[in-house]
Amino acid sequence: MSVPPRLPHLAVALDTPDAPGPFDAQHYIRLARLAERGALDFVTLGDTFARPGPDALAVLARVAPHTDHIGLVPTVTTTHTEPFHVATAVQTLDWVSRGRAGWQADVSRTPAEAALFGRRPAAPADALWREAADVADVAGRLWDSWEDDAEIRDAATGRFIDRGKLHYVDFRGTSSTGEPFSVRGPSIVPRPPQGRPVIVVDATEDAARETAAARADIALVRAEDPDTAATARAELRARAEELDRDPDRLRVLASLPVELPAPGDAAGLAELLTDWHTTEAADGFHLRPADPERDLAHLVEGTVPVLRRRGLLRRSYPGATLRDHLGLERPASRYAVRTGEAS
Amino acid sequence: MTTARKQLHLAAHFPGVNNTTVWQDPRSQSQIDFDSFVHLARTAERGLFDFFFLAEGLRLREHKGRIHDLDVVGRPESLTVLNALAAVTERLGLAATVNATFNEPYELARRLATLDHLSDGRAAWNVVTSSDAFTGENFRRGGYLDHADRYTRAAEFVATARELWDSWSEDGTPRPFAHSGQHFDIHGEFTVPRSPQGHPVVIQAGDSPAGRDFAASAADVIFTRHGTLEAGRAFSADVKGRLAAHGRTHDSLKIMPGVTFVLGDTAAEAQEKAHHIRRQQVSPQNALLTAEQIWGVDLSHLDPDGPLPDFDPEPEPKLTQGRTRLGDPQEIAGRWRALSETKGLSLRETVIEATGRQSFIGTPETVAAEMDAFVTAGAADGFILVPHLTPGGLDEFVDRVVPLLQERGAFRTEYEGGTLRSHLGLEQPAARPVWKG
Repeated sequence: MSVPPRLPHLAVALDTPDAPGPFDAQHYIRLARLAERGALDFVTLGDTFARPGPDALAVLARVAPHTDHIGLVPTVTTTHTEPFHVATAVQTLDWVSRGRAGWQADVSRTPAEAALFGRRPAAPADALWREAADVADVAGRLWDSWEDDAEIRDAATGRFIDRGKLHYVDFRGTSSTGEPFSVRGPSIVPRPPQGRPVIVVDATEDAARETAAARADIALVRAEDPDTAATARAELRARAEELDRDPDRLRVLASLPVELPAPGDAAGLAELLTDWHTTEAADGFHLRPADPERDLAHLVEGTVPVLRRRGLLRRSYPGATLRDHLGLERPASRYAVRTGEAS
Repeated sequence: MTTARKQLHLAAHFPGVNNTTVWQDPRSQSQIDFDSFVHLARTAERGLFDFFFLAEGLRLREHKGRIHDLDVVGRPESLTVLNALAAVTERLGLAATVNATFNEPYELARRLATLDHLSDGRAAWNVVTSSDAFTGENFRRGGYLDHADRYTRAAEFVATARELWDSWSEDGTPRPFAHSGQHFDIHGEFTVPRSPQGHPVVIQAGDSPAGRDFAASAADVIFTRHGTLEAGRAFSADVKGRLAAHGRTHDSLKIMPGVTFVLGDTAAEAQEKAHHIRRQQVSPQNALLTAEQIWGVDLSHLDPDGPLPDFDPEPEPKLTQGRTRLGDPQEIAGRWRALSETKGLSLRETVIEATGRQSFIGTPETVAAEMDAFVTAGAADGFILVPHLTPGGLDEFVDRVVPLLQERGAFRTEYEGGTLRSHLGLEQPAARPVWKG
């Protein structure tokens, strides 16, 4: 049986399931540093308007200066938010973390969330995810809207930028309620260190699959067994290919709940991850601890050393950015490519 | 009876996207790298400043239908940078400018309350409004608001945010909220417990009568442009005179003009540096652009070192988008011509002379004395300093002027409290005791 050529990616959720997210920055800093000690690829932090908890992107911006390597992936929802604000906030997280930002796109489903904004009613999942795909699309365009070398500081002509290297995105999309929306651009923020921060989508639900196949760098699949994960991975890769994407640029991680009450459970988890990896169920794992403080400590002290001994996990970070950890190259601006072709 | 020495407040404005910021200087560094923000914020904290202030951009400025390229362009999203700065500072207040036109109260109140939690009570919000469809092209809610609606929306926005901040009980129980007004009709539960300051500090920068009323009703700090003593006293008297009508005390609103400064070892050296900086700020290209803003037509055929245009400005110039209008073009053109003729100045020299002279120019001793006098005379409660260099533009002020202000007894020698409200001497808003639904 062939083993996927890459080492499995490993990420962990910092959420506290079934309890309000704490508002104490130190809590998150401790957890992110633990994950960094394990040389994990990234941490995720969920966000919703439906339950008490802090703004996740703010929390991970607060964590960024206290960490050096770990990727930081907050959820930012797309249903009741402004695409321009979402894009520039994620882009800024990439600047303050020096290239470690990701963004898990999610939707707001309930009438209760709609009532907090009073702008548009709740919509069916399909429409919400189509809108999320549009928001991810325009975010990617805004991140590309400044070419990397747009800032020239040319004293002779008095020009700070070469405005030929800034681009209107003129995006037209459709809101979940069916009305069109548009974003002119360019972004207010220069192109960030990673070019485009990493986009993550939970593709477990059918309605989210197309969005993941079209727009995600990382798709998460909550699966009970390796076969389910492998099937979802195959479907996502096939669909990405149909959409003219290189399927190897879409990483599918199995998202697994973990509970490690005792240190010995950590070795058992290492066995399970090894098995899943050997059956090519996924490109890696996104672990969702029941009790982050307890489980993450056991994971880093127990599971990580076993995986390292087996050659399934690196001992240190080979690069600086989240894209480096994931083996995803830094994309050129789509507008720079077009300019090159034209000339 | 002794009267307590009036203390001044200080804030630091990150050098912005405008021609105050000099980028053609070897010491000028990145306007976007996080290191630049860290340097400036830590310098402000070393100087015991009240807060660090970030402006906002939502659309790149345009001139003659093209993106304006002569000034610093590009900046981060404010709240995200401030959350990161909360990690590298301990006491400094963190103020974000955020537009009330292109946001919704629930989301923004949540982001501000989160910053207040994550910074242990150091958050501030500079409320600005916008009515222009040009900026609105970046937003799906669209752009246009009647000019008159700007402040009604902003006032209702702030009031709604306060309802949300008050919605949790002091002991940490969420209580439902419901707001129904002209601009917002929302209900549900807020996701954030009451934050350390109760309400983040609210800053406002409007100058029209409607803006002043709004500040008197809703703001803790007003960010003004009145940089001279006489204008400052008149403004201060006017705005503080409006407070009583809203049941507020004289001290509950702090007036802080945005000011620039140039320091030298002698008065002459400071003047010379000030002139050098003005020439850097008003490059030949920027001088032409400024004149085009007034005249409303393309002037690229003119020599910036030659005379002003010999024709009158267009009555309604529309060359420039996304920046504040300078004033009545005919009146300004008249003033500039008189200046040019009297002093024999070229177009560029006229622009340098007529626009944006630095507020405080002198030795550290004279600048400290003038600032102190300004505050003692009731023209302001303090200053928002706008340095002209990123990121070192505040270093010399903190090293040389702050100690002199402290010697005069006009500025704190240590932070007394942890929150921005405590630095500013503002009361903590009372929690709403019982939900009356």
